[in-house]
Amino acid sequence: MEYIIIIIGTVLVSNIVLANFLGICPFLGVSGKLSTASGMGGAVLFVMTIATIITWLVQHYILDPFGLGFLQTVSFILVIASLVQVVEIILKKVSPPLYQALGVFLPLITTNCAILGVALLTIQKEYTLVEGTVYAIGNSLGFTLALVIFAGIREHLDLMDVPKGMRGMPIALVVAGILSLAFMGFANLVKL
Amino acid sequence: MNQKENFLKGFFKENPVFVMLLGMCPTLAVTNSAINGLGMGLATTFVLVMSNVVISLIKNLIPSKVRIPTFIVVIASFVTIVDLMMAGFVPALHEQLGIFIPLIVVNCIVLGRAEAFASKNTVWSSVLDGLGMGLGFAMALTMLGSVREILGNYSWFGFKFIDTDGILVFILSPGAFIVLGFLIALVNQFTKKA
Repeated sequence: MEYIIIIIGTVLVSNIVLANFLGICPFLGVSGKLSTASGMGGAVLFVMTIATIITWLVQHYILDPFGLGFLQTVSFILVIASLVQVVEIILKKVSPPLYQALGVFLPLITTNCAILGVALLTIQKEYTLVEGTVYAIGNSLGFTLALVIFAGIREHLDLMDVPKGMRGMPIALVVAGILSLAFMGFANLVKL
Repeated sequence: MNQKENFLKGFFKENPVFVMLLGMCPTLAVTNSAINGLGMGLATTFVLVMSNVVISLIKNLIPSKVRIPTFIVVIASFVTIVDLMMAGFVPALHEQLGIFIPLIVVNCIVLGRAEAFASKNTVWSSVLDGLGMGLGFAMALTMLGSVREILGNYSWFGFKFIDTDGILVFILSPGAFIVLGFLIALVNQFTKKA
């Protein structure tokens, strides 16, 4: 039950993109087409879950016992950067079709602040390993949901007659604002 | 390009927020008041200048294949310094900005300037570039924070000028997207004559 609450909380109530403002760059950058949006979502689901598990282990078995808390930022970003490389190499070898689908998005993920953000939030909220994993899965589902909805809207937006100064990014941001307003309807559905 | 231009381009011509659309996460997340925007902008400026200095000093020592990881380690070290200093000297602001201070590491502006400018130019040009870009970023964040605070709370830098509740939506997350959208539209209207 507790895990279901975490999932609902992260996907709908405090959506990672629309309420917490993490991962805005890919949200605005690769949301032009539905197919790329779902590809990016898949890659984030994959990397975010693994990254959160590994950074949790690093924090609790390396940093905490040796009193190295101040190295958190440096060590987490290095873990994530090398993890992305490893995942890319393994995927290429083990599952070429999956690599075909996610390959181009993997290098972009290192600088996706959602990954580091979720890893840090998991530590900050003092989740256990299982809760942290569920939290990461929920957040990546929330990211994918926001990205897919937004991509769907933007595909229509291309055909609209938008005032000159608003074309491109400004109108996309206003749309994102209205989308975020819609997600606020879920506020207080569950307490996270 | 002369030195004056290195410094000034960050404010208007290549403003990281309004023109290049980089570093959107902190831009949207921390600007619910003018002071938060300014604090975040100055923290980023410090990291940007210091990492630009170090990277332009060691640019000839780094093999080009491992340059990105090297840049990230340099940047992460300065972010840790800023994080600890802010926790020590301005704990209230540190609390407000929260997770977005460690996230300066993955701010595309910092890595972007390291890769595009500091790794190719002299130390002095890199300092000016970092300072200009950082202050341009701080300016944009302060503008966005001011608009949101004035509309959402009827106050500016904590000084309240109408004694009622503001239009709450501008403080909340939808307001961030909408205000930034209109500010960029305004900048586009004035700069792009096409």
